[in-house]
Amino acid sequence: MGTASAATARVLPLVGRRLLLLVPLMGIVTLATFSLVFLIPGDPAHRIAGEGASPEQIAAVRANLGLDRPAYEQFFSFVGGLLQGDLGTSYTFSTPVLDMILTRMPVTVSLTAVAMVFALLIGIPAGVLAGRRAGRWQDRVVTVSSTVGLATPNFVLGLLLALVIGVNLAWLPATGYTPLSEGVWPWLQHLLLPGIALGVVAAAEIARQLRASLSDVLRQDYVRTAVAKGMLPRTVVWKHALKNALMPVITVIGIQVGYLLGGTAVVETVFGIKGLGDFAVQSVLAGDLPAIQGMVVFAVAITVLASLVVDITYGYLNPRGEAH
Amino acid sequence: MSLVPTPDIPPVVEAPVTEPSGAPSPPRHESPRRRFLRRFTGPWTSRAALFVVALWLFVAVTATWLAPHDPVVQDLTARRLPPLSPDHLLGTDSLGRDTLSRLMYGARVAAQAAAISVLVGLAFGVPPALLAGLLRGPWDAVFSRIADALLSFPPLLLALAIVGVMGPNLTNAMLAIGIVFIPRFFRVVRAATLAVREETFIEASRSIGTPTSWVLRRHVLPNVVSPLAVQISLALGFAILAESSLSFLGLGVQAPEASWGSMLSEGRAAWFYTPWPIIVPATAVVACVLACNVLGDSMADSVGRERTRA
Repeated sequence: MGTASAATARVLPLVGRRLLLLVPLMGIVTLATFSLVFLIPGDPAHRIAGEGASPEQIAAVRANLGLDRPAYEQFFSFVGGLLQGDLGTSYTFSTPVLDMILTRMPVTVSLTAVAMVFALLIGIPAGVLAGRRAGRWQDRVVTVSSTVGLATPNFVLGLLLALVIGVNLAWLPATGYTPLSEGVWPWLQHLLLPGIALGVVAAAEIARQLRASLSDVLRQDYVRTAVAKGMLPRTVVWKHALKNALMPVITVIGIQVGYLLGGTAVVETVFGIKGLGDFAVQSVLAGDLPAIQGMVVFAVAITVLASLVVDITYGYLNPRGEAH
Repeated sequence: MSLVPTPDIPPVVEAPVTEPSGAPSPPRHESPRRRFLRRFTGPWTSRAALFVVALWLFVAVTATWLAPHDPVVQDLTARRLPPLSPDHLLGTDSLGRDTLSRLMYGARVAAQAAAISVLVGLAFGVPPALLAGLLRGPWDAVFSRIADALLSFPPLLLALAIVGVMGPNLTNAMLAIGIVFIPRFFRVVRAATLAVREETFIEASRSIGTPTSWVLRRHVLPNVVSPLAVQISLALGFAILAESSLSFLGLGVQAPEASWGSMLSEGRAAWFYTPWPIIVPATAVVACVLACNVLGDSMADSVGRERTRA
């Protein structure tokens, strides 16, 4: 209890400072996202309304998006909408963007969660093995596989998994998604292959970082002391060293959240899963500006939130103070 | 006893490579360039990676002459041929197009995308970083905030969004990937500049009234080249990955042009008959990204003062 409140007292100012930094950050992000409209070549209203749109439809789009108003007014109404949770209306789906995001979110959260669990289940043991056996063949195997893992685009791996395991061997479904409410196994069955395809880069990244930090920690004095007084090597590694070695890994995990979100775009397309990634790809293919902007703001918000959580975790775990 | 993650930028502070006086290296001291080359070409992995990248670029440049067939011409009498068929070394896809020729033109598309996107990243990322690192103050604060904000966009999603508004084609895909690189190059160069600016030779140069632009070009730039080279190498890998992803989604190269990404997407149609239209481009993508990453890693290991691998 005492240590917990001490930790909170240490972490709170850190959280406050980070939250303050978020205000200008999200401001610039919003401005950048809003500015996407200026990248549209030619008449934005024409492009958004689509190829065969009539002049009336184009005019309606222009009025609807406020493209006939001065830029600063457009920006303020965009920000005003965001603050009220209004991300605009998608043209391709004729649905409010926020509704689209909320309906599809469980799918993508499931996929990302499976990918992250896979990444941790593979990455942490592999990193520990390589870190303990630094320089030996186990280390080399892990290092080589993680280097290959990092270089394999997730859509390439996904395609191969879907075709070989999904289609040829028919061990697991190659496409589609079943909600968790219809049972754990049907849900997991559909998410295993896409989860592996999405998570392999994160697994490789975690293994690499853990290997480096663990082999550093194992060279430190307190580890030598623990070994010298006769503690089992297993206890030293898993109880003492790993706690410290995991700190930089937490940073990596936080960064990977953003990459996983970006990766869902291709992985969901490969596996025919109708989640946020698919929504992003569909809106991009259709040039659906409100949907694109909404997706981007949403994804950045999630990424920023993940890095905030990482910093707080860091603050709790590291009694010596500031991480950065 | 530091548990802070090791910074991704190795310390690069050393005697400037282009010292105007051209003083010879002191005895017992290898020149930085020599030392870099010795370390860099040591492991077979970096030599292999160098070979793969060289092969990729060579094929990219010479694709028009090397390719045995026109990559978009269909031959419906020769569909889904296996590799080593007469006249089609790597077989054909489900429209009877020559896989080897498409692979070569795909190498060209990937190389174009990599070159242009890295150039965009360098052009817009490096100058503000040099200024921010050397002058510090308000410019640094402004540029750094913008870079931080841009870094919080998931990279692939940012590229997707930019392609979405600008319209799906290869040029826009390259620009979009380039924009992803700007804040990354900025951060690396700024950090390296900050490290260099404290050096005595910069102080000396500034104290005798050397104009800022000269200091930047002559003293700072040569010293930020090594960490930047590492980043460029990794960026090339990401560019290949991003271009193939965008083309796979139909947002980069437009049919019937060949890209490794579009080949993978089209190869699915032939899968039941022959896996090669998928295996060939998949191997190319993985090999090239792998080679770029290995190059970047071994460059990072080879620059700087004595710095042994962990």
